[in-house]
Amino acid sequence: MLHSLPNFFHKNQRLRLIALLTTPVLWLVVAYLGALAMLLVTAFFTIDSFTGNVIQQFNLGNFHDMLTDAAYKNVVLRTLGIAISVTFICSVLAIPMAFYMAKIARPRSQKILVALVLTPLWASYLVKIYAWRTMLEPGNGVLDWLLGPIGINSPGFGGPAIIIGLSYLWLPYMILPIYAGLERLPNNLLDASGDLGAHNFYTFRKVILPLIFPSLVAGSMFTFSLSLGDYITAQIIGGKLQMLGNVVYQNFSINLPFAATIAMVPVSIMALYLYLVRRTGALASM
Amino acid sequence: MHKKRLVSLIAVASVTALILAGCSSGSDSASDSGVPKVDMMKELGAGEGQVNLVAWAGYVENGSTDPNVDWVTGFEKETGCKVNVKNGATSDDMVALMKTGEYDVVSASGDASLRLIYGGDVAPVNTDLIPNYADIFENLKMQQWNSVDGVAYGIPHGRGANLLAYRTDIVKPAPTSWSSVFDVNSPYKGKITAYDSPIYIADAALYLMETQPELGITYPYALDQAQFDAAVEVLKAQKPLIGEYWGDYLKHVASLKSGGTVLGTTWQVNINLAKGEGTKVEGIKPTGGSTGWSDTWMVSSKAKNPNCAYMWMNHIASPAANAGVAEWFGEAPSNAKSCDLTADKNHCATFHAADDAYWADVYYWNTATEACLDGRTDVKCVPYAEWVKAWSSLRNS
Repeated sequence: MLHSLPNFFHKNQRLRLIALLTTPVLWLVVAYLGALAMLLVTAFFTIDSFTGNVIQQFNLGNFHDMLTDAAYKNVVLRTLGIAISVTFICSVLAIPMAFYMAKIARPRSQKILVALVLTPLWASYLVKIYAWRTMLEPGNGVLDWLLGPIGINSPGFGGPAIIIGLSYLWLPYMILPIYAGLERLPNNLLDASGDLGAHNFYTFRKVILPLIFPSLVAGSMFTFSLSLGDYITAQIIGGKLQMLGNVVYQNFSINLPFAATIAMVPVSIMALYLYLVRRTGALASM
Repeated sequence: MHKKRLVSLIAVASVTALILAGCSSGSDSASDSGVPKVDMMKELGAGEGQVNLVAWAGYVENGSTDPNVDWVTGFEKETGCKVNVKNGATSDDMVALMKTGEYDVVSASGDASLRLIYGGDVAPVNTDLIPNYADIFENLKMQQWNSVDGVAYGIPHGRGANLLAYRTDIVKPAPTSWSSVFDVNSPYKGKITAYDSPIYIADAALYLMETQPELGITYPYALDQAQFDAAVEVLKAQKPLIGEYWGDYLKHVASLKSGGTVLGTTWQVNINLAKGEGTKVEGIKPTGGSTGWSDTWMVSSKAKNPNCAYMWMNHIASPAANAGVAEWFGEAPSNAKSCDLTADKNHCATFHAADDAYWADVYYWNTATEACLDGRTDVKCVPYAEWVKAWSSLRNS
């Protein structure tokens, strides 16, 4: 019977499509959209103030709490600030690195460089952040030991530490798309720009940047969204500083509906971000 | 177009089904005031081969932390119940873990036990099935946090005070009271730590009991709005002094060791661990008393391994195991016979196991409710849910 299966699907195109798509669609709908829908629904529930059991009753209290308490406005702004800084630092570091890799390095070293950029991804996230904890430790950390003699001190645990840690973690996710974008960029465009008398910076601004913009957007979606949802880095090197993810972590065990409400914030910010990106047309040329 | 509609139809249908499934599965709300009816175990059967515990770090040691510290391996051999343990960092963690129904037994502190009982998450305990229950100190049995209406909901485990830790080589002179962690002019600014849980508000209330008697706080878990606001103000003023709040005890120990933290609230077990790594650190119960805990082993109402659960509760209450935990964690044992079995013969004296005067100014963790726990009826107290909100707000401001 088995050998007739290809025949069968060849004749029944619709069944073939269904057989092909069922698993991925189920995965997408149940695991992705289903979880999001549950999140959205849970955000409107409340809890029994004593036992902490979830009461499934429509209620806007969580949104009221979130919007009226200045602490949550601060944490949203702080998280946004961190995500934007991380994205900015990653782009500033990634563009020259990717440019060197794609346009200047010889083909052989090109491959080695790509491998080197990827190596940090082989190590566990936690190991890397704990390593940063040792390095940033105020007083007797590696940074203080190394830079102390020239008068630079470790920023200690807090906002700057989180930005350093996250920028380090997500840098490869920014370099790779930009590198891919630059590789597709024909060299003769750069030559033409030079021949027409444009300085390097002018070429960068007017030729390279517009052409790699979609890659930059792709990279920023990684760095921005990953930073927006992170809580472990803040927990380990953030000192007493908290990000949106920490608020969710802090509340999910005690007040799940409120945690769901808070979790809607990064989801909405990301949706808005994607919408804005779509408006620029970068998604179409990605 | 046709196919696209089909796919989106399937999507909508599945999401709807999922939501409905989610709604119907958890509709056993416990908003009524009484304790949900949960059956008590009648007789002990054969072990199920394993037991899943939620416990405080240091309560379930199988020799992997320290080869000499092991009261699990013998139990596993004897009963055939393999012990799986999940450490909870805070009482709130433990309540959440028990609500999953995946665990059989929990070592609940007083700020978790009542929530679990009234939430229907734990079952009454048939103490007749626990032979070692007879040897437990009488004044720990049938307390407000481990029984309701004369029905026992667990086996008392042990008690202790939250201590004030300080690095003896850095903090000079040695602190004597909690004011050292609330002093806004502290020379140790940025190197002070506090416990990362809403229950820490009680520590501020305790400090106010001593420093601002005019507020009239008599019990740190019974705070009316004015008293509560004052406690939160103390914590807001303290925040600039804090380097890190701790929830993860291992990170806390590492921080004490590195000198990132030199002063702040801790447990005896953390002091022991830090000392074991050569850190010059000491923990004291300051003047004016302290918050503390009196823990209870409770069995889940959804326990999948109830027989092994009872065997574990009997084992951990036995003189030898109880002595082992008490000494390792640094707390007073609950079994009167444990005192003869501790390696340090003075352990029970050091930890005041039977010294009621010592415990007079230790305020065991409790769950704040709207009805004031100190007996006041003319005001409403701030319930624990509000403590949670205030703490979340404080931590994120």
